[in-house]
Amino acid sequence: MKIGALTENFPGENRVAMTPESAAQLIKLGHVCAIQSGAGAKSGFSDALYLAAGVEVLADAAAVVAAADVLVKVRGPDMDEAGALRDGQTLISFFWPAQNPDLLETVKARRATVVAMDMVPRISRAQKMDALSSMANIAGYRAVIEAGNNFGRFFTGQITAAGKVPPAKVLIVGAGVAGLAAIGTATSLGAIVYAFDVRPEVSEQIESMGANFVFLEFADAQDGAATGGYAAPSSPEFREAQLARFRELAPEMDIVITTALIPGRPAPKLWTADMVAMMKPGSVIIDLAAERGGNCDLTVPDQKILSDNGVTIVGYTDFPSRMAAQASTLYSNNIRHMLTDLTPRKDGVIVHNMADDVIRGATVAHQGEITFPPPPPKIAAIAAAKPKPKVVDLTPVEKRAQEVAVFRTETRNQIALLAGGGGLILLVGLVAPASFMQHFIVFVLSVFIGFQVIWNVSHSLHTPLMAVTNAISSIIILGALMQIGSGSWLVILLAALSVFMAGINIFGGFMVTRRMLAMFQKS
Amino acid sequence: MDYGFTTAAYVVAAVLFILSLGGLSGQESAKRAVWYGIAGMALAVVATVIGPGAGNWVVSVVMIALGGAIGWVVAQRVQMTEMPQLVAAMHSLVGLAAVFIGFNTHIEMVSVAGTLAAAGIERCDPLLSAVTCAAKFGQPDLFANLSGFALQVADKISVEISILRVETFLGVFIGAVTFTGSVIAFGKLAGKVDGKAKKLPGGHLLNAGAALLSVVMLVVYLQSGSTVALLVVTLAALFIGYHLIMGIGGADMPVVVSMLNSYSGWAAAAIGFSLGNDLLIVVGALVGSSGAILSYIMCKAMNRSFVSVILGGFGGTTGPAMEISGEQIAIDTEGVAAALNDADSIIIIPGYGMAVAQAQQSVSELTRKLRAKGKTVRFAIHPVAGRLPGHMNVLLAEARVPYDIVLEMDEINEDFPSTDVAIVIGSNDIVNPAAQDDPNSPIAGMPVLECWKAKQVFVSKRGQGTGYSGIENPLFFKENTRMFYGDAKKSLDALLPMID
Repeated sequence: MKIGALTENFPGENRVAMTPESAAQLIKLGHVCAIQSGAGAKSGFSDALYLAAGVEVLADAAAVVAAADVLVKVRGPDMDEAGALRDGQTLISFFWPAQNPDLLETVKARRATVVAMDMVPRISRAQKMDALSSMANIAGYRAVIEAGNNFGRFFTGQITAAGKVPPAKVLIVGAGVAGLAAIGTATSLGAIVYAFDVRPEVSEQIESMGANFVFLEFADAQDGAATGGYAAPSSPEFREAQLARFRELAPEMDIVITTALIPGRPAPKLWTADMVAMMKPGSVIIDLAAERGGNCDLTVPDQKILSDNGVTIVGYTDFPSRMAAQASTLYSNNIRHMLTDLTPRKDGVIVHNMADDVIRGATVAHQGEITFPPPPPKIAAIAAAKPKPKVVDLTPVEKRAQEVAVFRTETRNQIALLAGGGGLILLVGLVAPASFMQHFIVFVLSVFIGFQVIWNVSHSLHTPLMAVTNAISSIIILGALMQIGSGSWLVILLAALSVFMAGINIFGGFMVTRRMLAMFQKS
Repeated sequence: MDYGFTTAAYVVAAVLFILSLGGLSGQESAKRAVWYGIAGMALAVVATVIGPGAGNWVVSVVMIALGGAIGWVVAQRVQMTEMPQLVAAMHSLVGLAAVFIGFNTHIEMVSVAGTLAAAGIERCDPLLSAVTCAAKFGQPDLFANLSGFALQVADKISVEISILRVETFLGVFIGAVTFTGSVIAFGKLAGKVDGKAKKLPGGHLLNAGAALLSVVMLVVYLQSGSTVALLVVTLAALFIGYHLIMGIGGADMPVVVSMLNSYSGWAAAAIGFSLGNDLLIVVGALVGSSGAILSYIMCKAMNRSFVSVILGGFGGTTGPAMEISGEQIAIDTEGVAAALNDADSIIIIPGYGMAVAQAQQSVSELTRKLRAKGKTVRFAIHPVAGRLPGHMNVLLAEARVPYDIVLEMDEINEDFPSTDVAIVIGSNDIVNPAAQDDPNSPIAGMPVLECWKAKQVFVSKRGQGTGYSGIENPLFFKENTRMFYGDAKKSLDALLPMID
């Protein structure tokens, strides 16, 4: 099949859907590649590089559309592009089918197949073609860089001869892929990073990246597993609690990066005008949700503005495009992985297998039918979070009180035991003669010593302990030895048998213990 | 030789025994400690043989030599995997000896009373002993031919005789329970008796009946000193020992063996009382408390009360077991080898299955190879792994696994999350996450090795069965668990050449 990449005609879009590198991989799959002249220029890939990789460079878009069986793009097609598709042709690009029903109708009418890169299901197997994640990763990184560019201070704290520099405090709202990338970038620059997310199960991920999870005390936090790993709209009460927590944090924060998005909805307003007013002058807000209305009240999409109190609010919507070389490389790889799945036999023949979860999920139009929305995937994106038992931190006073209480109960138990035991012994003493009591004292003391000594025995030596106690319990031989001198033949017989058995035990027990102990060796 | 010397020797022997047990706190000091025990025992026996009251020493020495020779040979030949059987067999000998000695005491008592009656002395002042009584009635030479223990018995006043009867009774009772109990335990451990829990119809009622009968007989025996009563008690105790242990299943054996160990000690102590021998009392008490502590540790490790173990079987569940989702995923030798070659830290969890398959040498070889590659290999030992307390430690020691990489559950449980690979060899219930996750599980609350927290878990197992307790193990269904089916020894031997 011939795979053709078009130049992005959206203003300010610098990315390209095919790089020389990805084209080389596609050729290995048995495909033929073509590209519109100059398509990679803004990403730093010249036509010469494509030619060197074996890609056919065509003069204009019409030529590519006419030649290619599969068209690849970054941004979704405009009406003209969609109208130019022909029957059986496949388009792979972002598409946003839910927001663009007209576009969907157009491609349906053209009987073209559309694989929407934004509809790739979130399952492990499909991660390699998850373009949303790879673009979000770039956006997160770029957001921190952009913030640093507009922030007048260091990220990391320093103590220099000229004075002390406090570290910058960064708050990341929303710990999706972009949020986590931003956390990683900001922490590696040395900032103190706080991060918030409505899904409590991501707290571990946040902490593993080196940020502090902003904990929100709320009864029914949501479980992201039910929504394929994405956030869902929260209840008004939760929202209020969330905003109250942000108001507490706002005066302290130097940089706020908001990445909160809910699929298929306008971005939630999380950073209100009054929070901006509370921030220090010179602070920076990067709103990664600007394209969908922004998380911050004051955000103006595609613009950088300065608030009345000197806070910079960046509302750019094209962060990935601002890093076009990197973004194109990752995106074209995503496309290449999608095509690998579409070319199962690696023979350049595309098999559109609608039984495959990933292909089915991403395909929004096929053979004159609209196949959106797809049925829910069979595999859950991430495991349900387990409720964690809360560990209550005790105050020193409470701790002390607890220790005292434990000590008291211990003392009480010990005294009760001693009193009980002592009483029992006294009772025995009342009836038993002195000769018995002498032995009894020995017995009680021995039990006591036994308990003290045995507790110290190492667990690994329990078998030798049993063998050696076995051997020494044959001390019963003494009894037999004392009786063997009796006059009665029956007594002598029984005693002799006892001596015999005890003899087996003594030698057997000690020998086997010695054998075992000799085997224990240190490395 | 007089009593003073014997007593002095006994004191020294007692101290040596205490040191001998105390020395077991560490592997190195234990090697010295066993010699203390041997010295103590030699001293005690010699002092008794040459001390007052002993006679017939030729018979004694011959018997000791005979027994000793047998013991020596057995100790040299026994396989380390057979340790549980050996220990149980040795307990039974102590129990039987206690029964015999108790009977001897009884015979002496009867003979003293008989002599007194034959001489026509019917009613004696209870505050006078048989000897004084005879002297008072003008026959001071009646017991002149008695010596040693018999004389001691004759020298006892009436209250002392009663106490002697209680002591003798207890010695015989505990000894008999220990004897049959140990014989059954031996049979189960050696595979000669079916390891499953079995009870006669009537169950615990039979035991309770036998125990009640024993109490009645104690009263009868105290009053009359009747031989029949003592015989009946012996039979009842033999039955209790048999039936009690028959009703306890294989995996509870660590508790059973330590309990029998404890009993053999108490039997020795009871005999010590009846003979008025302090050394017997001291040692009996030491052994008794040692066994009791071991039983306690074992019960704690299974989160079960001592009574519930003795009464046999697992406690009833309180609700339906948690559903297990997922499937058991098998893996081949190549897969395990690849994972082991990649891993940096490895924890091996051996269980009874390793002993059954005799795989300890292969495990040791695997450990050696992995360690030679600079990987951290450690062993996690659950207190009740195997059929005897500390069973796994001895097996690993036999296979020359250094003891400082063999760790207890409490020492290693926290390290699983930072471990790359955990290998479970022949253990099941001790690695069952249901003990923590499922409050309805029969083993809920039992401390377990949290191996599922490791990045990857391999379970070497013969097939897809449940463990001894019949509980499904959710570990086998976890996402990071792979089942390495097959005989443990064969699988490990196949694995060895692939580790490079």
